[in-house]
Amino acid sequence: MADKLLTIEHLKKSYGDNLILKDFNLTVNRGEVVVIIGPSGCGKSTLLRCINGLEEIQGGEIKLYGEKIDRNKKNIAEIRQKIGMVFQSYELFPHKTVLQNIILAPIKVQKRSKSDVIKEAEYLLEKVGLSDKRDVYPRQLSGGQKQRVAIVRALCMHPEIMLFDEVTAALDPEMVREVLDTILELAKQGRTMIVVTHEMSFARAVSDRVLFLDKGEIIEEDIPEKIFDNPKTERARRFFHTFEYDAVKNHTDTLNRKV
Amino acid sequence: MQALGIDVLLKGNNFIRLIDGLCTALRISLVSVIFSIVFGIVFGIVMTYKNTVIRVVSRVYLEIVRIMPQMVLLFIVFFGTTRMFGLNLDAELASIIVFTFWGTAEMGDLVRGAVSNIPKHQYESSYALGLNKAQTYFYIVIPQTLRRLIPLSINLVTRMIKTTSLVMMIGVVEALKVTQQIIEANRMTAPNAAFGLYLTVFILYFLACWPISLLASYLEKKWSA
Repeated sequence: MADKLLTIEHLKKSYGDNLILKDFNLTVNRGEVVVIIGPSGCGKSTLLRCINGLEEIQGGEIKLYGEKIDRNKKNIAEIRQKIGMVFQSYELFPHKTVLQNIILAPIKVQKRSKSDVIKEAEYLLEKVGLSDKRDVYPRQLSGGQKQRVAIVRALCMHPEIMLFDEVTAALDPEMVREVLDTILELAKQGRTMIVVTHEMSFARAVSDRVLFLDKGEIIEEDIPEKIFDNPKTERARRFFHTFEYDAVKNHTDTLNRKV
Repeated sequence: MQALGIDVLLKGNNFIRLIDGLCTALRISLVSVIFSIVFGIVFGIVMTYKNTVIRVVSRVYLEIVRIMPQMVLLFIVFFGTTRMFGLNLDAELASIIVFTFWGTAEMGDLVRGAVSNIPKHQYESSYALGLNKAQTYFYIVIPQTLRRLIPLSINLVTRMIKTTSLVMMIGVVEALKVTQQIIEANRMTAPNAAFGLYLTVFILYFLACWPISLLASYLEKKWSA
């Protein structure tokens, strides 16, 4: 039997009258990578924010190893340590250097020894190719570098699960790759992750399971090969179609005629 | 030399008196600044509350301070209170009260701006790392607020020092008043001393404020994110 890490049951989330998630259910097993795709406004990011207790929920339950996640409960800060979250806009702390950003929470929250944490931070920075940036401030980094630092910062807390909220959406195309490679590497290590993304080929490569979300509901859920190549629903088919273009010109013909 | 009145400046203990006057001005601004910072931080944080009553009251206070000339405030506090409440305020104390009243409003507005300028996501990424509310304020919000605040509040300090020249109007003997006294006393022997003496006051004020200005722009450059 698989090791259930995160369970979401009958989750309901709304902003006033605007229902974002209705009766949402999801179980994530240890070591599993779940990718969530869907049109903007479908509730993907809200879902991640609910899992981390950043949003008030209107119904249902979210549990991490059987422990309820409730943002109003005292132990929320403790639970959040087990959940690593990376945001679209990086959100490094501008008044701290790269290293200080990474070691702050492990030292101040988990009370780990400073030298151990620094050693680990340096090791992780080297793995993402940013050893030389350890003492610079976030403003001196490119978007892709900032995002890799944000990932290292989350990893250094030894989370049970990582949440990635459209982490490449604000990046230049050339920097998308370096960030996604980092996440692929984490998947290879067997980390549990929920990834919200618009990068379809990345989703296919990284995921064990893909969820297609629309208007707060799971429309389709399957292994990537099936959902991308043979979507069962018309809605998913239409969505995937927006990433493809039909050629309007026939290049080979023109070339042949010229030759 | 005669024409500029520098000799008058060096006569007797004139120069010492002038420096004394400047010290009075600096003392008034320093004490007021300290009070303004303390009260201003409290006022500024209160202003970030979304309560309507608090908003209206603080808005009115801010507008009064901005619209009312400092001199009028000084007169109200120094002359007005004597008749109305039978208080006999020392002129220097009255000045400190007015400057604090003014500084608290300005400082409070700076604090409010600095606190509400910290993006919501900074709080969230801090919470996401497992920091609790107090830790988030202590390690993330307050350091960033101070960085934004210090250059701005230093500018407020220089403005206060400049504005202390008004307190001679309620009888505080500060640099400008001393200068006037020296000029009056030497009217017969050195009728042209005014230019040189006021020039000296200009230089003294400049020497007092310039380093503070430099510090502000240095910090601003250093901390601009």
